[in-house]
Amino acid sequence: MKLDKYLEMIRIRFLMMLAYRTNYYTGILIYSINIGAYYFLWSAIYGSKEQIQGLSVTQMTTYVAISWMARAFYFNNLDREMAMEIKEGRVAVELIRPYNYLGMKTMQGLGEGIFRLIFFSVPGFILVYLLFPIQLSWKPDIWALFAVSILLSFFINTELNLLTGITTFFLYNNTGLIRAKRVVIDLFSGLLLPMSFFPGWAQEVMRYLPFQGISYIPSMIFTEGFTHHQAFEAIGQQFLWVILLFIPIRLIWSIAKKQIVIQGG
Amino acid sequence: MFYVKIFFQYMSQYIKTRLQYRTDIFVEFFSDLLSQAINLIFILVVFGHTQFLNGWNRDEIIFIYGFFLVPFAVFSAFFNIWDFNERYIVKGELDRILTRPIHSLFQIILERMELEALLGAITGLAVMLYAGLHLHINVEWYDPLLFIFFVIGGVLIYGGIFIMLACISFWADARTSLMPMMYNISNYGRYPVNIYNHIIRFVLTWILPFAFVGVYPAAFFLEKQEWFWYSFLTPVMGIIFFTISVILWNQGIKRYRGAGN
Repeated sequence: MKLDKYLEMIRIRFLMMLAYRTNYYTGILIYSINIGAYYFLWSAIYGSKEQIQGLSVTQMTTYVAISWMARAFYFNNLDREMAMEIKEGRVAVELIRPYNYLGMKTMQGLGEGIFRLIFFSVPGFILVYLLFPIQLSWKPDIWALFAVSILLSFFINTELNLLTGITTFFLYNNTGLIRAKRVVIDLFSGLLLPMSFFPGWAQEVMRYLPFQGISYIPSMIFTEGFTHHQAFEAIGQQFLWVILLFIPIRLIWSIAKKQIVIQGG
Repeated sequence: MFYVKIFFQYMSQYIKTRLQYRTDIFVEFFSDLLSQAINLIFILVVFGHTQFLNGWNRDEIIFIYGFFLVPFAVFSAFFNIWDFNERYIVKGELDRILTRPIHSLFQIILERMELEALLGAITGLAVMLYAGLHLHINVEWYDPLLFIFFVIGGVLIYGGIFIMLACISFWADARTSLMPMMYNISNYGRYPVNIYNHIIRFVLTWILPFAFVGVYPAAFFLEKQEWFWYSFLTPVMGIIFFTISVILWNQGIKRYRGAGN
């Protein structure tokens, strides 16, 4: 397997996104509005409380801000793109090309993610930093752990997207499923609220699911809600999910390729 | 009367086409319910850690959310104009609309209705019933009547704002990305306005009056006397915003010169 064609995919997607960069200014505003809503909500929830579940209100604001900005990096519409390509039959051409279709999709997603990291997350975070009381850590080790962690959350999220995308082969129309998956991820990944806020039994269930590796873990590392030891353990958990999710993808993909129906031509 | 007849004809056509793809509707119902459930779970989890949100308790917040779902469902069912620019202006579909014998805005509303969204109103009523029973709310004879007025007011506010946004396309090459932003802002109205600072509160009351779709009218049924004045303003704001939007729309239609090529 040669790597350079995949790297080229990242580059091309990056340039493609660059051409439409003005679309992103409103995106930053939308995210800031969301962060603002949650900031006021959390301030009211905290009221006069010093901390809830070990997080102070400043840490909570930071948590919300970084979760949304990290989302810009790991989020992609690969499931929807795959569904379109499968429905329109374009996937047939994709399959005869000399690369791994799923690998190529992942690289496109990464190109998109890197683009958004530079043009969306960074300016967005600066804007939010100016607007709301956010506590920023300057420890290089925190940043290093965070970087590893969001890269892994990108892979977990992308793998889940690929899985959802592949189901189009069996369901033909899966827009409902795609939407349902997105809502579930928003809640169970810890984007809307940290896992530690859930009741004990729910936390126990969530521990065995991949979702918290998407948002909760990197955000907790960033807000220093985790100790070093916890952070290493959590990253190990993320890594495990990246590998584990690979198995069903390979399995379902090989079944899907056998029963592919190309409509039209 | 002609309009009413056309409305029901479109409606029956719509139901026929939708019933062709039953599994599709089912999945859509399910994912709608799921996203409503997730908002509820959020409220429930949050109130596991606090008793009051600036003086509002858990069931009151749930009640507000339930109320919000009703006008929002009606709005989503009839005002699907978030892609107006792309669908009608860029593709020139508006030319076709203008040849029709009914008002252009009404024609678009008919074409783009999504009746399945109305299911959200049932969820909303159920949520309100649940919260209302916990709060021991007394229902007076005029409450259902006022409820209907408030819901209509909320729908008109939502509709008015989104029609105005759609109108931008007549004057400028607008991007539809303003619409998702408005959906996000509208979420602010689901929570008591007194948790926000006064600038946001002012915006939510007078400029983008989403507070009239959730908190203000709901406050009436929750017997929060200090907000009563705002509650009764709901239908008024609805009429004002909707009227302005229709005037703007008519002006815009006059300006419209076709997509041309």
